[in-house]
Amino acid sequence: MSEESRPNPDALLAEIQREEKEAKRGRLKIFFGMCPGVGKTYAMLEAARQRKAEGVDVVIGVVETHGRVETEALLAGLKVVPRKASEYRGITLGEMDIDALLARRPPLTLVDELAHTNVPGSRHPKRYQDVLELLDAGIDVYTTLNVQHLESRFDVVRQFTGITVQETVPDSMVDQADEIELVDLTPEQLRKRLAEGKVYIGERAATAAENFFREENLTALREMALRYTAECVDQELRDVMRARRIGGRWTSAQRLAVGVGPSPYSAPLIRWTRRIAVAMDAPWVAIYVETSRPLSEEEKTRLTKNLSLARQLGAEVVMTTGDDVAAALLEAAREHHITQIVVGKPLGSPLRELLKGGSLSSRLIRGGGNIDVHVLSGEKTAPTSSRWPWVQWLGQNLWRDCAWGAGWVAAVTAACWFLQRWTGYWTVSLVYLLAVVLLALVLNRWASLLAAALSALAWNYLFIPPVFTFRIATVHDAMMFATYFIVAVLMGHITHRLHTRELAEHKRRQRTVALNRLLESTAASTLLEEGLGHAVAELDALFQTRSVILLAGPDGKLETTAHPASTSQPNEKQIGVASWAFDREQIAGRFTDTLPDAQSIYFPLQTSKSKLGVMGVNMEQRKTLTLDERELLETFAAQIAALIERHRLMESATQARLTEESERLYRTLLDSVSHELKTPLAIIETATEGMIGQCQDALPAQGRMFLEEIRRANNRLRITVSNLLDMTRIETGRLPLNPEWFDVADLFQSASERVKNEVASERIEISVPAEIPRVRLDFLMMEQALANLLTNAAACSAAGSPIRMTAQLDDGTLVLRVADQGIGLAPGEEKKVFQKFYRGAKSKSGGTGLGLSIVQGFVRAHRGEVLAENNPTGGATFTIRLPVETSKQPL
Amino acid sequence: MKPNPTVLIIDDERAIRRLLCAALEPQYQVCEAENGQLGLQEAVARRPDAIILDLGLPDMDGVAVLKRLREWSQTPVLVLSVRDREADKVAALDNGADDYLTKPFGTAELLARLRVIQRRAPGGAEEPVHVIGLLQVDLAAHQVKVHGREVSLTATEFALLRVLVQHTGKVVTHKHLLRTVWGPNAEEQSQYLRVYFTHLRKKLETEATGRLIQNEPGIGYRLLAAD
Repeated sequence: MSEESRPNPDALLAEIQREEKEAKRGRLKIFFGMCPGVGKTYAMLEAARQRKAEGVDVVIGVVETHGRVETEALLAGLKVVPRKASEYRGITLGEMDIDALLARRPPLTLVDELAHTNVPGSRHPKRYQDVLELLDAGIDVYTTLNVQHLESRFDVVRQFTGITVQETVPDSMVDQADEIELVDLTPEQLRKRLAEGKVYIGERAATAAENFFREENLTALREMALRYTAECVDQELRDVMRARRIGGRWTSAQRLAVGVGPSPYSAPLIRWTRRIAVAMDAPWVAIYVETSRPLSEEEKTRLTKNLSLARQLGAEVVMTTGDDVAAALLEAAREHHITQIVVGKPLGSPLRELLKGGSLSSRLIRGGGNIDVHVLSGEKTAPTSSRWPWVQWLGQNLWRDCAWGAGWVAAVTAACWFLQRWTGYWTVSLVYLLAVVLLALVLNRWASLLAAALSALAWNYLFIPPVFTFRIATVHDAMMFATYFIVAVLMGHITHRLHTRELAEHKRRQRTVALNRLLESTAASTLLEEGLGHAVAELDALFQTRSVILLAGPDGKLETTAHPASTSQPNEKQIGVASWAFDREQIAGRFTDTLPDAQSIYFPLQTSKSKLGVMGVNMEQRKTLTLDERELLETFAAQIAALIERHRLMESATQARLTEESERLYRTLLDSVSHELKTPLAIIETATEGMIGQCQDALPAQGRMFLEEIRRANNRLRITVSNLLDMTRIETGRLPLNPEWFDVADLFQSASERVKNEVASERIEISVPAEIPRVRLDFLMMEQALANLLTNAAACSAAGSPIRMTAQLDDGTLVLRVADQGIGLAPGEEKKVFQKFYRGAKSKSGGTGLGLSIVQGFVRAHRGEVLAENNPTGGATFTIRLPVETSKQPL
Repeated sequence: MKPNPTVLIIDDERAIRRLLCAALEPQYQVCEAENGQLGLQEAVARRPDAIILDLGLPDMDGVAVLKRLREWSQTPVLVLSVRDREADKVAALDNGADDYLTKPFGTAELLARLRVIQRRAPGGAEEPVHVIGLLQVDLAAHQVKVHGREVSLTATEFALLRVLVQHTGKVVTHKHLLRTVWGPNAEEQSQYLRVYFTHLRKKLETEATGRLIQNEPGIGYRLLAAD
């Protein structure tokens, strides 16, 4: 296998991840046709009935039969989720009840007419968005779609049918389909069906046959549907080839770019590029160049729409800045290794282009080097709003501004009338010039041009001799007048441009400053409330609105009460939108595709690690939200999320420090208690031993007996104290495990040595099978546990009777047994013996009843269990079962 | 006649000091200190032959006293404390204590341990041949004999035995053994020790010798001195 053709591991991994993701997602099957009436719904229902016969629980989300009898017959026996009625402008309309479907979670649901637009007020504006949510929830969906509803075919359909389709579905939706079934019919057959009244009923059939269902239309639509299906099949084949590493990553090695602007002509360009890119199997990007020219509200809206169209159709959107659009476009294109650029044909006047150094397309071609440039004509039928775009662009302020300009010129003229007595008429021109420049600072471009012209005329008419005529007597004056006119217009223009640029700069600076202030104030705040308060205040000031912060509760769900820093209180419906944004980790609400009727827009607050909450910003007063405003809001959301996370981390660090502190205190306390208890015991013991050892002979027999009693009692007390301390450690959970590798035989040996004073070693029989590997446990804890069991066994059995210790490995579980031949357990005592301070019914006096509970504590610390039971032959057996790591590896 | 060796007792418990005095008096000269500061002063002034040190002192921790002491003195130190957690014992031993005894203690045991640590006090020339009961180890010739019969040991086993022999009667911590035999990177690998000591004991211990190497769980190993 050659190096090149070996599958790229990253690509394979991506494929596997995609498959895994898809496994969780529902599968989408589209019944695809050229136009209504070809039998898509019929085919879908037939397929559904077949699945139902296979035992699949098929549920109908929504099916439109249009009163067709054959189709209605197929509905029989299929379960239907009732539509949700919603009132709109007095008419009751039924929409698919997506919540009912999500709650029911059928394995397969039918959703007719993918391109349908929902009633305003529904969760999503479009039905295909509902379908996406169903798929995300793991529900398989069958749906139907006509070719003319495809976003990328929209222009073509309009071109040859003359009908503008209102409802479109983005191609990315169809790309997600796991299966596309073409429902095909020849145009003759379809027209026959139409004539038979199988498509539309009554008069509608006749009008339809004359308009949309003309034979040439149908032929064209059919060709388009067939070709689109072929493209999809082709794409699938290429995906398979890519996965198997047949051919290169992109077979064409081409990369396309389309220049996108606020123009209405951009949308057809985008669709065209998508078609070509898919056909060439090439990736494509949409490039927007932001210039210093400010955009009107309408342009901003259209730009946002164009960019989101590009995104929907699968383009990567690239934004760059620069006043030389051609240069910026080429730079971005080179950065993204673009091989072909698509732009629109120039629409501006030839003179203006000459001034700019050529049209955009010609400059691209000149500077493009090896990048191919496609220049597309702007369609005359494109939905442009006006032949005079600048009229709208200026907005309704134009006439007001012009009036202001004229008034201003009149006022200056009056002032100059008096002034010229002392200064002469030449100086008047300078006063006018000043007035025009000042006007350009406040009024729009057209108003300042008007003022320049008006002032020139007024000067000529009223001041230049001969006065009260437009005639100019001397060449000198004529030149003066001409120069004035040109200078005034240019000054007005330049001043205005400087001013607008400054305004834009000011706005940009304002945002940077706001972000900066947000960073500073949140960084300085030590309390979360304070930080959030600052953030909300900045947000409100910048967007002149009110906002709400909802945080995730400890259970990971969104809390329904707003954080106190919020400046507005959400109602139940708003919390619903916020929860949607939180759960799906997507922006929702106003200006989005999800619940766009909401008053506010909701941004999920999240970091790569966790979902922290939702930020809602009230947008009631706004008509649009521009792209950069949205980006700014997203930045705010990211900053606020970072702030919350930082505080959460700080909190947990404080918690950890407190725990550590209390741990330390506790250890000091336990140490001093144990010191205080043990020291006197040690003194008594040492003193008693000393006496027994040295002065025994000097004492009478009774004295010796007393000494012996003291020693015994002291011994008992020592064991009790030690047990109590162990018990305290277990009870407070301060039992750090210190596991190490050892042999079980070693453990048994150590345990029996530990109790050699209480249990004679001859009594202990140890048997450890040789095949038991080394195990990893806390040696000392286990040693003590076994020692306690041995002591207990000795206490419950006759002196000299044997005590057996055995070990066995049982499927990863180490089983240790200590068996005695003593008195055994009383019935029902098997569990009680491990209780604290429980003293066996048959046990001798003495002992605190702690030994066995300590055994249990130590064993449980290893996630094991200890059981007690009677032997059939008498006596009791204690069994410790421990999950262990084992190792046979020699060292 | 050589004067009796001097023992310094550093313990805040008067009763303990008095008992220790009573136990030690016949064979030792005893001096006392009731806190760490005084103890260090006494150690400088009296130059004792051995020190018995309590860990729970009122003014400073016993381990701190040990560290200060070890800055200038190699006087053998026996730690005597009620703290019975392994971590405490290891901390004391790793900071220069020669042995560790938990209160309550038997007088006989105390005297035996004291004798051991004194015997191993520095100053005496390093003997190549050590005889511990029936065990005979020639450190120079790498030769080990039990009951007169030669035993062959692997290099690692011998290295371990050498460390124990050099500290006969005293407990040697896991960390010390690992660092000396395997190097500083192996300090946490106490499972090596279990395996090697199992082998070593199989080779050295017979019925006649009885137990030679004692395991102090969680702390270390001790080559039992033949008394």
